[in-house]
Amino acid sequence: MSTAVVPERLTYREALRESLRDALRADERVFLMGEDVGRYGGCFAVSLGLLEEFGPERVRDTPLSESAFVGAGIGAALGGMRPVVEVMTVNFSLLALDQILNNAATLGHMSGGQLTVPLVIRMTTGAGRQLAAQHSHSLEGWYAHIPGLRIVAPATVADAREMLAPALASPDPVLLFEHAGLYTSEGDLDGAPVALDGAAVRRTGDDVTLVTYGGMLPTTLAAAEGLAAEGIAAEVVDLRSLRPLDEATVLASVRRTHRLVVVDEGWRSGSLAAEVAARVAEQAFYDLDAPPERVCSAEVPVPYAAHLERAARPAVDDVVAAARRTVG
Amino acid sequence: MSTSPTDTEPAPTPPPGEPEDPRLALLRGMVRIRRFEERCVELYSAERIRGFMHLCVGEEAVAAGLVGELAAQDAVVSTYREHGHALARGVPMASVLAEMFGRATGCSRGRGGSMHLFDVARRFYGGNAIVGGGLPVAVGLALADALRGEPVVTACLFGDGAVAEGEFHESLNLAALWRLPVLFCCENNRYAMGTALELEHAQTDLALRASSYGMPAWPVDGMDAEAVAEATRRALATIRSGRGPCFLELRTYRFRAHSMYDPDRYRDRAEVARWKDQDPVERLRTRMLGDGGLDGASWDRLVAAVDAEIEAAVADAEAGPLEPVEDLTRFVYAEPS
Repeated sequence: MSTAVVPERLTYREALRESLRDALRADERVFLMGEDVGRYGGCFAVSLGLLEEFGPERVRDTPLSESAFVGAGIGAALGGMRPVVEVMTVNFSLLALDQILNNAATLGHMSGGQLTVPLVIRMTTGAGRQLAAQHSHSLEGWYAHIPGLRIVAPATVADAREMLAPALASPDPVLLFEHAGLYTSEGDLDGAPVALDGAAVRRTGDDVTLVTYGGMLPTTLAAAEGLAAEGIAAEVVDLRSLRPLDEATVLASVRRTHRLVVVDEGWRSGSLAAEVAARVAEQAFYDLDAPPERVCSAEVPVPYAAHLERAARPAVDDVVAAARRTVG
Repeated sequence: MSTSPTDTEPAPTPPPGEPEDPRLALLRGMVRIRRFEERCVELYSAERIRGFMHLCVGEEAVAAGLVGELAAQDAVVSTYREHGHALARGVPMASVLAEMFGRATGCSRGRGGSMHLFDVARRFYGGNAIVGGGLPVAVGLALADALRGEPVVTACLFGDGAVAEGEFHESLNLAALWRLPVLFCCENNRYAMGTALELEHAQTDLALRASSYGMPAWPVDGMDAEAVAEATRRALATIRSGRGPCFLELRTYRFRAHSMYDPDRYRDRAEVARWKDQDPVERLRTRMLGDGGLDGASWDRLVAAVDAEIEAAVADAEAGPLEPVEDLTRFVYAEPS
């Protein structure tokens, strides 16, 4: 393990970079490709220095052809390689949606199990930097709708460091969502391996369950802190994997707290939050003491102006208010 | 062509020590596809095949001439009009038919149907039913082979309609930029479903457009199996020498409608008749009959052998079991091996 040579405390960005470095070192079949991953060092500087270390065969700058290079990742995976494809942001992944949905997610089943697509697609998601709608979508919930894909969203530095390895070991296509607001966050590594499909309880509490993932984890933890000051003990469940969903962890928590708030940066209608709330209603209806609450983004393309963008996204106060309603 | 399989003699074989005329394999390959497709029409009319079905009658020279020239280790990526490509690649006829009958013994275990034939053992990476959707995958297969240093080519077949898709241009650019071993095979049958070439492309010289990406590209008489085979050999030699991709524009025509649902309102009968005069099976057969490469009796034997193979395949496919409904959601995720 190269964890011995890296500092114990890293940023989310550095943790992702170290996980890529490990993967490239460990397996000749692994290579990274995407727009500006090489000479530029990655749009978010995640892959900075990897070109120099591994060379242009394994750290490949691509043209602005999302469909072609995502599809090429699928083909290379079919051909026995273990590609990591970086799509700069989820917004641009729509240009590759045909490849992701009609090929990556579908070929295994449609070929009667003859094909597997062991591909990892990394992309940035989320708002919060005044980049306006076309650079601020949160579409991971959409992708979680699709059978055949695995969707993960590291929310902590430790998960950013550890999730790539199981993603690459998976024979299935994995979409790994990195939240733009997390790149500079710092955290400690514990070196513990991460399962690809298990949620994590980030804070324990008996009064209300706050379920979230990815970029909304800091907001949700801050809300839990605020609730604690009011004497409300909130449990925070970080889904980590959006497909498959770790229902067991969510249900076990709700059966103890009897209250549910789901915090999701996606739009409310047809959201991942809707899915979580529905599953809880289906399977733990009689354990609930209050209707499930959802805190989601406003149903609007994310606007540019700071005050409008802030109003569009779930905020700490919104989560606190929702939790209060459930215990009220 | 003759349809009287009365002769029970074995298929024609050359005298000992004399190699078989290579044109016979081309002819046999085309007849196999032609008669298979015609049998599929009957099976479709009898509702034993359902869904969308796209036939390649008229385009057999491309399947036999091009796919037949590939080496076993080469890869093939195809479209929804791929029965001929699959048969030419050696995908067993019974498993193709079983797939169209929705059987567990089908080459995609009944999950794909006519448009999605897969046979990974033969590196046949399927019929893709999204126009242009196979091109990026072919580029990736070639990238994997190139990264491993394998002298292998990926043949990617698609139609003239795909040339209007963004994925076509992205893929040709990427393959040329990275000098990848892809043989782009544009089966130009002049219609994107019902829209004529002239109504969908500002520049209808498709080889010219491909050449703008910096790869050798040329048009081929796609109704002449020998010409297709010759062009394919040339292109494969170029690609295997490490000079990157090539593009062949195979000018051909489908004699039947786009799919079984298509009333074919958009084509002039006289145009269809003119192309039928170029029937690739008849052209090669006539040529061989004229120069002594074939005689009437050996032709009859060839057709009889093909028909016997087809009927045996139909019976075999019919006998295949259905996939259990309990297995509905298998293969969505990889299963532990």
